[in-house]
Amino acid sequence: MNIDLIKEFRDPELCKGLLETLDRELDDELRFMEVCGTHTVAIFQSGLRSLLPDKVVHLSGPGCPVCVTHESEVNAFLDLAEHDDVIIATFGDLMRVPGHGGRNLKAAQADGASVSVIYSPFDALKLAAENPDKTVVFLGVGFETTAPTIAATMVMARKQGLKNFMVLPFHKTVPTALGALLDDASTRIDGFILPGHVSTVIGMEPYEFIATDYDRSAVITGFEPADILKSLVDMVRWRNEGTAKVTNNYRRAVADTGNAKAREVLYSVFEPCDALWRGIGLIPGSGLKIRDEWTDMDAIVKYGIEITEVPPLPGCRCGDVLKGVITPDQCPLFKKVCTPAKPVGPCMVSTEGSCAAYYKYKVD
Amino acid sequence: MSEKVLLDYGSGGRASQRLVSELFLGQLGNDELNRLNDAAELQVSGRIAMSTDSFTVDPIFFPGGDIGSLAVHGTINDVAMMGAIPRYMTCGYIIEEGFAMDDLERIVTSMGKAAKKAGVSVVSGDTKVVPKGAVDKIFINTTGVGDIIVDPAPAGDRARPGDAILLSGTMGDHGLAILGTREGLEFEAAVQSDSAGLNHLLVKLVQELPEVHVLRDPTRGGLATTMNEIAGSSNVCCELNETDIPVRPEVSGGCSFLGLDPLYLANEGKFLCILPEEHAEKALEIMRADELGRDACRVGTVTDTNPGKVVMVTQLGGKRLLNMLEGEQLPRIC
Ligand code: SF4
Repeated sequence: MNIDLIKEFRDPELCKGLLETLDRELDDELRFMEVCGTHTVAIFQSGLRSLLPDKVVHLSGPGCPVCVTHESEVNAFLDLAEHDDVIIATFGDLMRVPGHGGRNLKAAQADGASVSVIYSPFDALKLAAENPDKTVVFLGVGFETTAPTIAATMVMARKQGLKNFMVLPFHKTVPTALGALLDDASTRIDGFILPGHVSTVIGMEPYEFIATDYDRSAVITGFEPADILKSLVDMVRWRNEGTAKVTNNYRRAVADTGNAKAREVLYSVFEPCDALWRGIGLIPGSGLKIRDEWTDMDAIVKYGIEITEVPPLPGCRCGDVLKGVITPDQCPLFKKVCTPAKPVGPCMVSTEGSCAAYYKYKVD
Repeated sequence: MSEKVLLDYGSGGRASQRLVSELFLGQLGNDELNRLNDAAELQVSGRIAMSTDSFTVDPIFFPGGDIGSLAVHGTINDVAMMGAIPRYMTCGYIIEEGFAMDDLERIVTSMGKAAKKAGVSVVSGDTKVVPKGAVDKIFINTTGVGDIIVDPAPAGDRARPGDAILLSGTMGDHGLAILGTREGLEFEAAVQSDSAGLNHLLVKLVQELPEVHVLRDPTRGGLATTMNEIAGSSNVCCELNETDIPVRPEVSGGCSFLGLDPLYLANEGKFLCILPEEHAEKALEIMRADELGRDACRVGTVTDTNPGKVVMVTQLGGKRLLNMLEGEQLPRIC
């Protein structure tokens, strides 16, 4: 990205103007949720959170893929790691996510499981080629952002004739989850700052129900402070005008129609299914499963994995944090029992998790 | 001498004697060391500062320095941060069998030069050669002593609300130079380590301004970690202004490429100075008059608002914590 463009969106004067506008035009509380973890970090790191008017209530949503990975899914990949013939291939951020009893992949690795941290799913193919007597299982965790690349990797694996590469499909889709949050009586959200990266793939259309069905606004937003402020100002204005809209304020990176090619490969391999979200529970239609034509690469089928609800970690209020019912510092374990060095829940593990961001950046 | 360091060189016999007399005394020799007694006989009086450190840096040669000069700079800087004049140091070399003699010569020569420039005598030393694989190429341990010339000596628990926080120059140069070399990355503009002996500048500073409360070199863990240590031991809040913290454009560029934060990267030729507000300007003047403090600037103020914490005032004027690092900062491999 052009450095000057980034500078422009960080310009303190521009931001000051937007903050003043926000303050002036806001006559009632605005409860906004940023869905994506990268936004959470950006809001804290720039110091923006401390500058927002009191009437702006900031909630962090379920947009960190590591955080929403359900305990039972973590247990599934921990179980899989026990198989002697399996090499788990994963991005590093899943290594410390706690499953049942606080166990994680790092501990499994120390106990002898083969876990390989990779930087691109294509590295998993290399790993499979180099280890013909093992099965490499890639942990497919993430949203619409990463799913197309995983799908492309599977297409490539088939082309290469690799028989020992599989995916454990735990992908989730963002718009469906937002619908579930709006349906939940415990949440109160006036508007969403929509994720930049997910939207590059899906575009604007899948979010439109937020305005039409729920009368709330939502704006696809970039990651600089001025991007975020501009979206907040827009949402306040629409509310003052008595309307709700879904728009795209991040046109420099996101096309309104998203990326049709990426969606094509994504849906050639995956199809929607129900999924369990950490802390939230089952959301119908919010997951992606592997289509029948690709079952040979489906680790769920091959290893007969069943995903069932397991009791949440005692005391952890990740669900309420992810739904925006409480802020992380309202969780009784926050900073006391639960710290980045000894995380109880995943929101404290991931660098993009909201509890980790509160811990790291929030001035009391 | 042969081209590789052999186990014999550490045996204590003739081969070790030759290594010591030809290489070490040649480069580091002085009246005291040349006597080759079991211990050095030194003149020290009053309060002394003493510090030891082990250097295991990889790579051993990096843009802007090497493990030999780094070992001198690291140790004498630590002594000087106590408001002391470093005078003597010792060095212990642990060398892996098969290490190239040329490289050892380069390292010892560089150490000799750095010690001379700093005006410090190496008065005692030791060499061990260990079997291949027992250490990674070469480790150096150094200990330094010096006379403390101010009372009370600057210390991490003496920061007081109202004090000014000054920095002698840009952050992150050493850390990024090392990481860049290790990962085999070439940055657009060469990033050099800032490794340097700060003692002359520091001595001048405390002689003219004995009111200095804290002096610290932000080495491993960088500025963020050092500031947190000071905030903790003084039980004060260190408030820093993001826009005032100097970082070279090539360092911030390299850092954003690797996903690192320059404020957590090591520095080996910079220091932090905390002192009463009324002396801040004078301190900056003294620092800027020296080559090693040319980019000195004020970066913040000590307050009593959030004791034990480091608060960053961002470019936007907002506030956030600057926390200690959890674990190691790992570069993103692109
Ligand atoms: S502080 Fe820890 S236990 Fe509480 S919600 Fe966050 S991650 Fe869960």
